[in-house]
Amino acid sequence: MPSGKESGAPNDPAIAVRNLRVQYGQREILHGINFEAQAGETLVILGGSGSGKSTLLRTLVGLEKPSGGELWIRGKNFASMPENERKDLRKKMGMSFQGGALFGSMTVGENVALPLREHTPLDESTIEIVMRLKLDQVGLSGFEDYMPAQLSGGMKKRAAIARALAMDPEILFFDEPSAGLDPIIAAGIDELILKLKKAFRITILVVTHELASAFLIADRMILLDKGHIVANETPESIQKSREPRVRQFLDRIPEPEVAGEIDYLQMLTGESPPLRR
Amino acid sequence: MQITTRQFESATIVDVVGDITLYNTPEVRKMLLNLLKEKRVKRVIVNLEKVKYIDSAGVASLVEGLKVSREMKSGFALFGLSRMTREVLELTRLLKVFEVYETEAEALLGGSSPTGA
Repeated sequence: MPSGKESGAPNDPAIAVRNLRVQYGQREILHGINFEAQAGETLVILGGSGSGKSTLLRTLVGLEKPSGGELWIRGKNFASMPENERKDLRKKMGMSFQGGALFGSMTVGENVALPLREHTPLDESTIEIVMRLKLDQVGLSGFEDYMPAQLSGGMKKRAAIARALAMDPEILFFDEPSAGLDPIIAAGIDELILKLKKAFRITILVVTHELASAFLIADRMILLDKGHIVANETPESIQKSREPRVRQFLDRIPEPEVAGEIDYLQMLTGESPPLRR
Repeated sequence: MQITTRQFESATIVDVVGDITLYNTPEVRKMLLNLLKEKRVKRVIVNLEKVKYIDSAGVASLVEGLKVSREMKSGFALFGLSRMTREVLELTRLLKVFEVYETEAEALLGGSSPTGA
């Protein structure tokens, strides 16, 4: 559905991140990052392993608590709001997890219907119709009685996307949507994301390290490197970037294995400088 | 959201005011099923002129209304779709499934100038 319901002021960004910090124990993963995603925009967060992109996604959907900074969703301060308000706001957010995260003991239809059964007062007949509408939107009409184990990797992803769409979210998050899929199936998922973007004008935030996919679906791209944003630009502009870390990522230049003998010795002997920057 | 009914000859017009979402659509469903199954009205016409937005669950209630109307051999039509409601029905490939009219007068005439097709 087009996301016609407005929960904040019309001009509020869908997501606003201000000086966001996240740390695990003593180790800081995100070092005070800032960005916004406008309503209806598709924002792709790129970054290599350890860049902090998955931590960022988990923080945006409320699975990690920031150690500092602010996170605004549709004009409301997500981090500091009471739990009941946060719960309501979460219902406007859909999440498609990396592995699909379908419940193996439930049929595809039951998986898609689950958020509606858990969080809405809808009658069973209404839920069944919504479930079939969502499966149709992801190209899985007629698969409601299949078990997840009977689906291919790409179909599992589609089913997970149908479940993420069940509550008509205003913001849809994707964690590595093409991971583990062959290029043709991955291209099909990209096409589906493009279709959802065009048809429903949902704000979409995708975390990925797949460059081809990112350039295809993004309105804007953010490149994360070791917990810092090193680029926040349109695909056209990032393509022309001369920033060394951006070029290294786009041109797939590997990191040197070790910085030097002294650093290597310090690492082996446990005298390395702390990872926190 | 408010929902009321009025009668015009053999047609029952359901006036809906406000957005139809998953939190209030059970009310719409209840009204439609009551008219069709209990009161066995001949033709239900849903006035959506004052509905700016309808979500998937809202669409599902209209789909169920249409399904039951076919079982009961009653008429079922919509009119006054906002741009967004029309878009939602197009995206769900339902615009051609429903009998859709621009105005109440056209809907009451029943089939003289459907605009959904």
